[in-house]
Amino acid sequence: MAEKEKLTIVVFSGELDKALAAFIIATTGASMGMDVTMFFTFWGLNILKKNEGGMAGKGFKQKMFSLLNKGGTKRLKLSKFHMFGLGTWMMKLVMKDSHYPSIEEFITMAKDMGVKLIPCSTTCGMFGLTENSFRSGVESIAGAAYFLGEARQSKVTLFI
Amino acid sequence: MKADQTLDCVGLYCPMPIVKTAAKIKELKTGEVLEVVADDKGIKQDMPAWAQATGNEFLGVEEGGGEIKVYVRKTQK
Repeated sequence: MAEKEKLTIVVFSGELDKALAAFIIATTGASMGMDVTMFFTFWGLNILKKNEGGMAGKGFKQKMFSLLNKGGTKRLKLSKFHMFGLGTWMMKLVMKDSHYPSIEEFITMAKDMGVKLIPCSTTCGMFGLTENSFRSGVESIAGAAYFLGEARQSKVTLFI
Repeated sequence: MKADQTLDCVGLYCPMPIVKTAAKIKELKTGEVLEVVADDKGIKQDMPAWAQATGNEFLGVEEGGGEIKVYVRKTQK
């Protein structure tokens, strides 16, 4: 084949179901021989945060925000029917019963397939996040111009 | 249909059969046929689309007993 086709996904949402949708499309794209970049911004960054990450940020406001918005794959909720955790817990059980990969497994799979995971620089700056806030295997932080640079060369661009 | 290798994807949902097919096809030599056995009906639409995107030849579907068998010939470079 000639040069690989590109797929770029903006992951704006930080809910479990939307994160799954994003990673399903990303891993499928990689399986179809596409070059896949996922650009994480706003709530989407919670998907990349370490589960055991401590408080991030400088000063009272960033620290408070970090405390209220901890993130990490274990803390992701469903966008509907979370029901104080009951719905999300049930969803995870249903997925397990169906031998469906967890979000954690999807992230590992995507990484193994060469999918690039990029945190947005503005959100990181505002929320006081650094590259240390994120799981290993995440690429360097980049801005909107980098996203557009990728997107304008992409055959498919999605916003989730 | 006769195949050189078989991939069992019974019980797996989208995108796992496609993800596994993409990994498995690397083990085949050019010209060999891969059989994928699945029970997620999406495979009937997904496999031709995957084959077209990756430059492989989709050979067809066989159905029976709740199982779906799809066949792909490795033609990608």
